[in-house]
Amino acid sequence: MYSFAYHRPASLKDAAATFKKGSESRFVAGGHTLLPSMKLRLVHPSDLVDLGGVAELKGIKADGGTVVVGATTPHADVARDAKVAKAIPALAKLAGGIGDPQVRNRGTIGGSLANSDPAADYPAAVLGLGATIKTDRREIKADDYFKGLFETALGDGEIITSVSFPVPEKSGYAKFANPASRYAIVGVFVAKTKDGVRVAVTGAGPCAFRHKEMEKALAASFKPDAVAGIKVKADGLNSDIHASAEYRAHLVTVMAKRAVAACG
Amino acid sequence: MVENGIGARTKRKEDARFLTGKGTYTDDINRPHQTHGVFVRSPHAHARIKKIKADKALKAPGVIAVLTGADMVADKVNSLPCGWLIHSKDGSPMVEPPHIPLAPDKARHVGDHVALVVAETRNQARDAAELVEVDYEPLKAVVRVGDADKPGAPLVHDQAKNNICYDWHLGDKAAVDEAFKKAAHVTKLDLINSRLIPNAIEPRSAIAEYDSANERYTLYTASQNPHVIRLLMGAFVLGIPEHKLRVVSPDVGGGFGSKIPHYAEEAILTWASKKVGRPIKWTAERSESFLSDTHGRDHVSHVELALDKDGKFLGLRVATKAAMGAYLSTFASAIPTYLYGTLLAGVYTTPAVYVEVKALFTHTAPVDALRGAGRPEACYLLERLVERAAWETKTDPVELRRKNVIPKSAMPYQTPVALQYDCGDFVKNLDDAAKAIGWASFANRREESKKRGMLRGIGVSHYIEACGIAPSAVVGALGGRAGLYESAEVRFHPTGSVTVFTGSHPHGQSNETTFAQIVASKLGVPIENVEIVHGDTDRVPFGMGTYGSRSIAVGGSALVKAIDKVIAKGKKIAAHQLEASEADIEFKDGVFRVAGTDKQKAIGEIALSAYVPHNFPHETTEPGLDESAFYDPKNFTFPSGCHICELEVDPDTGKVAILRFVAVDDFGNIINPMIVEGQVHGGVTHGIGQALTEACVYDAESGQLLTGSMMDYCMPKADDVPSFEVATNVVPCTHNPLGVKGCGEAGTIGSAAAVINALLSALAPLGVKEFDMPASSHRVWQAIQNASRKAAD
Repeated sequence: MYSFAYHRPASLKDAAATFKKGSESRFVAGGHTLLPSMKLRLVHPSDLVDLGGVAELKGIKADGGTVVVGATTPHADVARDAKVAKAIPALAKLAGGIGDPQVRNRGTIGGSLANSDPAADYPAAVLGLGATIKTDRREIKADDYFKGLFETALGDGEIITSVSFPVPEKSGYAKFANPASRYAIVGVFVAKTKDGVRVAVTGAGPCAFRHKEMEKALAASFKPDAVAGIKVKADGLNSDIHASAEYRAHLVTVMAKRAVAACG
Repeated sequence: MVENGIGARTKRKEDARFLTGKGTYTDDINRPHQTHGVFVRSPHAHARIKKIKADKALKAPGVIAVLTGADMVADKVNSLPCGWLIHSKDGSPMVEPPHIPLAPDKARHVGDHVALVVAETRNQARDAAELVEVDYEPLKAVVRVGDADKPGAPLVHDQAKNNICYDWHLGDKAAVDEAFKKAAHVTKLDLINSRLIPNAIEPRSAIAEYDSANERYTLYTASQNPHVIRLLMGAFVLGIPEHKLRVVSPDVGGGFGSKIPHYAEEAILTWASKKVGRPIKWTAERSESFLSDTHGRDHVSHVELALDKDGKFLGLRVATKAAMGAYLSTFASAIPTYLYGTLLAGVYTTPAVYVEVKALFTHTAPVDALRGAGRPEACYLLERLVERAAWETKTDPVELRRKNVIPKSAMPYQTPVALQYDCGDFVKNLDDAAKAIGWASFANRREESKKRGMLRGIGVSHYIEACGIAPSAVVGALGGRAGLYESAEVRFHPTGSVTVFTGSHPHGQSNETTFAQIVASKLGVPIENVEIVHGDTDRVPFGMGTYGSRSIAVGGSALVKAIDKVIAKGKKIAAHQLEASEADIEFKDGVFRVAGTDKQKAIGEIALSAYVPHNFPHETTEPGLDESAFYDPKNFTFPSGCHICELEVDPDTGKVAILRFVAVDDFGNIINPMIVEGQVHGGVTHGIGQALTEACVYDAESGQLLTGSMMDYCMPKADDVPSFEVATNVVPCTHNPLGVKGCGEAGTIGSAAAVINALLSALAPLGVKEFDMPASSHRVWQAIQNASRKAAD
């Protein structure tokens, strides 16, 4: 690790101001991607702005129609929150399946989304539920948020403050985990909402994406069999030592089927 | 009967310190005025080192020295030695290219040592290491063992033509050729035994210091065998005599064989500590462990089995290419020969066996011992082959094995590949395991799985292994450059407590408990009053360390010999004090008694009088009660067993779930069943790891390590394995005093073949016939796709 300046501001305003002062500032929440990269000397921030001291970023709220998760809320809190479990059980299940207990107690939803790892779980839920990402500057619709490999709509120094999930009629998530890292090789989130059916895929492509053909099929018949026959194209999908693009394409269909089945 | 003696499920003495974080590992040690070393490692698999510029690094804050291969050559530092000389078929000795610890001319694998940076702090050394400018001329690399001897392959060492280290063989070729002529059926198989990275939980670590006042070096190092390191580094590499070199290995957090070799880092740090005049500490980062710990396995084999019309094995023919990696590590050469070829008779009566092994250099990390070392490779090959033969001849796999197993009545049994098995009941191992898993009713369970859309399979692996390599004379005749005995000293203190000094050096095997149990049983001393000391060449007698499942069989036997001497001396003292003849003194449960009388002395009283010798047989006996012994075994020990795995494959995803795993093992007599079960659980998990999840992957062109972290190298996790069903079948070893055989590697040796045989059984209905490890979901799915494509054609 190279040396860096560490800050722990108490307010959002201070966090943004501190960030601006550094030449190569980075925000840190759970630190699950940033700290290992720093240890490996792959990144070298001048300043680390820890968002853990900003109280307003943490916590879960739910009213009839939405579940709002604060950006620095750890996965474990989402997984065991009674309000989440009642309103969107698939979201609680997804959070409970991220990494391992250590990861779930440190990693945060805001950190996961800001990093937008192609194999992260949360992007599937955010896109699948049509969530809104709130920042210190604006609101971003999930459909406009994921731009590419580790690339999002966030501007420089923009801080995610919370994520607002509309409560769906039903939803389900199925993940095929990488046996080594337990990240998603493929994860599919399926939701039946008042605006229609959404199918979001993580792990398979450079960033989370929706599968329109499956959405159409499920709109006609919300049953696992409706997607069973849909062949996903391997073009443009990720390929590595753990899974070829063809295998990932195949798994998208299998996981979609299972996600629909999980909707109950 | 003593409490906590042999056979008791005694809780581990080590646990109090290990489970509360109070162990002392090498990295926990800090020396006064210590500096920190960081290695500059090659980013290329093969490159000429044209120039190294260190001026920027030397000017960096806190930097004390930057040392390179040129400095080592100038100081006439020698090559790291190989401990076993193998001769090729034509009688020529193996090629032993030089291995100067810091590469002076060429880097030969990614992670090869190019320079050492020494600084006041670790971070300063790391910063400065990035400033060392190495001018590399990258060269083409050969990465896969199967490619290494192909014409035109890049040479790892100019001395080794076609990258061949040796071309060895064993067995009667003519007899095997004859057997194949008579065969009614021949089963052939091509197999890859995947390369593994050991991944001990404690990374390698070392601190070297030079005491100029006494002209004496001390090396603290995470090693399985400190005396071996002292001998190899002192005598061969740096020219330091034993009395001027102390090697200390404190608590060691796992090794699996990867902490046997004498590594370049140890020699570099020891040499450099004198140059800089201060202690130098280095601890590998996990990424360094991946790159620079010795790896295991990495074989490519073609194998053929000849059977007669009744299914009796007539002959076995094996041709293997075994990777050595970039340099010959300490025991690398012995593993695919005397720990592999000699095991190829397995538990079977196959009368003729012929094996050829070509050891090849590749531009990869050196390959050396990894849990089982050679024996897992032999078992995997043989048991895959036997299962395949059963399948081809439409014979039940258990039946085919039963037909060919060496019966108990044939013991001792001379195999056609040099070993003589002293004992074992292989039929019972097989029958017990088959019964435990419910072999006969498997078809019902397969049907039940099928209803759920799952493919169920069952697979057998019937293994034998050889532990406690010995005797030294035979080892020497076969090219071993070391003796393979073990030492023990039993120091009975005046007030009744005992310290044992042993040359064994546990790194997870629980010897501090099991050795204390032996003392408790034999001397009647409570285990709380027994301390086991190991791992320091200044404290313990010369010994060979812990590997090859040898500690109990060889170290335990040395301990018994030393204990017997204590008892014999105690009898002399007791006879004197009880005014009886020595021949009439009995010793039991800590008490010397005149046979048939109530005249007795407790061993504590005898010990006290040995040190306060007022009433003492001075004419015949010296004071003190402190005895040493060395034990050189008469033969290997031969643990054996049968593993049966039952698993399910999800055809939609290729995911394999192991449902049941039965292991029936014969480890001879057992000192502590709880510890043995733990070793079996760990060993089987290790084998399942190779079968399902683990594989070291280098890029075939560039030689870059693609599985260089835990994110990509998949160690098995608790939820990858079922609750194991283990049982033992005790047939005591005939030639050591405890009747013990060893258990540390058995689980790994037997399990991988059982898993892959089960997988092939599950996939058989789909027409999958070939499969190489690991059975990751992706590879299983791919195999299913390929088979269905073939079926469609």
